[in-house]
This record gives sequence, C-alpha cells and structure tokens, in this order.
Amino acid sequence: MPLISLRDVTKSYPPSRRGGDVVHAVEGLDLDIEAGDIYGIIGYSGAGKSTLVRLINALEHATSGSILVDGDEVTRMKESELRRLRLGIGMIFQQFNLFNSKTVAGNVAYPLEVAKTPRADIAPRMAELLDFVGLSDKARNYPEQLSGGQKQRVGIARALATSPRILLADEATSALDPETTHEVLELLKRVNTEFGVTIVVITHEMDVIQTLATKVAVMDGGRIVEQGDVFDVFSKPTEASSQRFVSTVVRGVPSDAELVALRQRHPGRIVTLSFRDGNTSQGAVFSDLAQAGVAFELIYGGINDIRGRVFGHLTLALTGHDDAVDRALVTIANKVDVTEAPSHE
Amino acid sequence: MNDLIPLLPKLWQASYETLYIVGLSLIFGGLGGLILGLGLYTTRSNSLFSNRPVFGVLNVLVNVFRPIPFIIFLAAAQPLARFVTGTGIGNTAIIFTLSLAAAFGISRIVEQNLLTVQPGVIEAARSVGASRSRIMLTLLIPEALGPLILGYTFIVVALVDMSAVAGYVGGGGLGTFAIQYGYRQFHPVVTWAAVLVIIVIVQLVQFLGNYLARKALRR
Repeated sequence: MPLISLRDVTKSYPPSRRGGDVVHAVEGLDLDIEAGDIYGIIGYSGAGKSTLVRLINALEHATSGSILVDGDEVTRMKESELRRLRLGIGMIFQQFNLFNSKTVAGNVAYPLEVAKTPRADIAPRMAELLDFVGLSDKARNYPEQLSGGQKQRVGIARALATSPRILLADEATSALDPETTHEVLELLKRVNTEFGVTIVVITHEMDVIQTLATKVAVMDGGRIVEQGDVFDVFSKPTEASSQRFVSTVVRGVPSDAELVALRQRHPGRIVTLSFRDGNTSQGAVFSDLAQAGVAFELIYGGINDIRGRVFGHLTLALTGHDDAVDRALVTIANKVDVTEAPSHE
Repeated sequence: MNDLIPLLPKLWQASYETLYIVGLSLIFGGLGGLILGLGLYTTRSNSLFSNRPVFGVLNVLVNVFRPIPFIIFLAAAQPLARFVTGTGIGNTAIIFTLSLAAAFGISRIVEQNLLTVQPGVIEAARSVGASRSRIMLTLLIPEALGPLILGYTFIVVALVDMSAVAGYVGGGGLGTFAIQYGYRQFHPVVTWAAVLVIIVIVQLVQFLGNYLARKALRR
C-alpha cells in the first residue's frame, strides 16, 4: 500500500470578490507515493503544486476527495488528530520560515517541545540533529546570523526533529544559489538514504528533479498531466502539456523564439533529433544523412544526464533536394525521434 | 521662582500621582489591549482562528470607541466607572476610564505589530503540529516583541498626555497641578515646572523603550 495516496482530490477557493469565479487550485487529482520514494512534483508556478503538498499535512483542507497518509484518512481528522499527523510529517520552505525570536537550538527544539519530549531528551536529540546538518557550532546563533544555505539546513533539522516518516519540501532550494542548492540536495538525499524518510519535493527547477527525485509528476492547471520514472518523463513526455513544460527545463530543445532566430541564420529545413539512453549512435544517423546526399549543420543541442542515464536533443539545419531530405528523414526516423520545426511560410 | 519653591512638595506629589495613574492604566489597558489586539489579529481572514462575525464585531467596537476625544469619553463613561469601581471621581475613576480608552488604542497597535510576523513562520509552527493557542502564546508574541515594545512605549507617552485631564473628574497628577497652581494663579513658572517634569518622564520612558526594543531585536 502506498504511504501517501490521493484520490480524486479537489481544492477550491471561493471567489476573491463577489461574482468572481471559484478557483480550483487542485482538481480531481490522483497520486500515489510509495514509502522510500523521493517524489518530485514539477510544473509552472500557479499549477497547484504548493496547494498539493499542503493537502498532505492538512495545512490546507481538501474540498473533496480522499487523502490517505499511512492508511489514515486525513480529510476526516479532527484538529487534535491533525496535530499528531503533522508530528510525523516534516516540512521545509522556500523562505526557510525560521523563528527569528529563537536561536538555532530553539528552532530545532520547538517541535520537540510541541511533541512533549521529556526535557532531558531534548538536548541530546538537538545535538544529534545539528551534527547531521553540520551546524553544531551554530546552536547559539540567531537565524539572521546565518547564510541562506545554513538557514535551510536549520529548517531541515527542525523538520526532522520528531523523526517524521515524510518530509515535504516546498521549493526548498529556489532561494539558494546553485552551489548551495547542490549542498542542500545532497543533504536531502542523505535524509532519504540514512533515515528512510519519504520526500515529496515541489520545484520548478529541472536540476532538483534530476539530482534528487526517483519519480516525478508534472502538474498543470491543478491536475497531474504525466507521472512516472524521471528519465522517461523527461526524455519522452507523452502529453502535450508536459511536453511543453519539459521542453522549457531540459537542455537542448530550442524555444519558439530561438527557432525563429535560428531560421533567420540558417537556410534549409530544421529538425530536432531526440536520442535516448545511447540506443542509437549519433554517428549512424549522421552517416545516413550523408549517404542520402543531405548536408547538415548542427545548430542547437544539449545532453541531459539523469542519474547516469543520458538523453539529448540535437537540432540540425538540413540542406539538399526536398526529395532527398524527405527520404533521409524517413530512414533516420527508425533510429531516433525526429521533430521537424514547422516552416514559417 | 519664589512662587514655585513652596509648591515643590505638591509638585513631587503630583509627579507621583501621574506615574501612579499612568502605571496602573498601562497594566490594565495594556493587558486589555493585548487581548483585544490578539482577538483582532487571530480572527481576521486566513489567520489562526479566522471568524468573520467575531472580527467584524471587534473591529466595529474598536472603531466606535477609539476616536472619541478622551475628555468627552471621561464624562460619558463616568456612570460606568461608578458602576465598576464604586466611584465616579478621583484617581480610581480616571484609572478605570483611561485603561478602557487605552485598551482600544493599544489593540490597534498590537494588531498592526502582529501583522508584521511573516505568515510563513506561523505556517512552519503549524506544520510541526503546534496547536493554535500554543502558537499564539509561544511564538506570535515573541516574534513581534521588538515592535510591540516600541508600540507600548508610544502608548505610555500618550497615557501621560491623556492623564493630564484627570482634574476634570477630581483626579490629581501633573495636569491638575499645572492648571490649579500655575495657570489659575497666574504663575507661568509653576506651569513650566510641570512641563519640565513631564518632558523628563517622557524622555526616560522613550529611552527605556528604545533600549528594550533594541535588546529584543538584537540590533
């Protein structure tokens, strides 16, 4: 049985002004997250990602549908039961949301106080947590004395204080620079491997999914439009809306504006070839083109590496007889995915 | 100057009475204002105890009473003061009325300062399973402590100002002293002496408030 299971979940907000429309932040959503997963949820801002994670720990209450966490129905819980549920679900935030009136130690101790941990057990647990996140020397510091990365590590220590089974990360690295992002992602990986914590990561950054997630769901308009293995979803999205989103985050796919610019600089027909998992050698494709008498120039491209599996996109400008180009495209279509950019005439 | 020297004991007595009236009004009014302000903050939409009707009632209540000029409020609330404290005149009556008026003013200051606390911080506390009343008492007030201290400092200065009309209902203090022995006896020096004491009190209060706020904000 999945650890987290959402069925036909909808969250609507009343119209912000009289006569306005009801806003459906999440609509008819199904999602299963297995214990031990690092589950990425990606999508444009406004897609409903933040609402979705807050439904899991009931910071937001679903309008309809069923939400099971560890077999318990969250939507029917009373306030006191919800408080117990939340002790088992940690959460970290984009803006860290540390308590400014408390020291680092005070921040980490707060959930333990809430959980009525015996006073004598709080100090050792706190020391353990600060050691895990590498901030043992900062226990007496206040949040404003820390860098962004250190703040998020305090956030992680606080979220893990009560040894939760689930960690919700809401754009946890979006306010950090690339290097610090990398450190925090490595730390989250250790949270998963060393403590077996199931992590739900909300992000709009490809890098986060690429380095961290084992599974991914693409959200659009309050629904999950595509989900599955990270490599499959990113190398070959099947739904139109996830294709649109994926093409904005993976390397090597020219945007519409870039295509227009490319077309002005290069004559001929423009095609994008998509390679997956090294199943086709690029050399074979290039020699097919040469044999068909088609000249080509590489004008755009990129290679993506997801946990050791590789896929890439190469955009070529092809020149030659139209018939020859057509024939060549048919031949190489057996080896790679070919997408021809529509000509603007 | 010769007018003032025989009045000095009365001046010290009046200073003491001002501090007494302001001090007790700050305690009662400050507490009432804190509760009312927490009520306003926590019942507004998207807050801990969102409750539209309750917020509406509190909001109107504060808006009705806060703008009444204090000297009129003092007269209008006299029957209430007599009912609650047993007397409509003197320092006890003015402390009651001043506390009541201050509570409405303080509630707005408390509400404004609590609104400076980032909603995300409250959300973080809820996410670790803290109850709403625990968040209110152990987090909300400490997070807003610096600005709250400055707000209360502001109110103390206002209380000194408002307490000066105590003479109208037979109360004492520096206002009564200045009018009775200075203005009405045509002794401006005596009035100025009362002004000087008030300036000293206000300076000391502001200094203390700034110091405590700096400590709370750690800057």
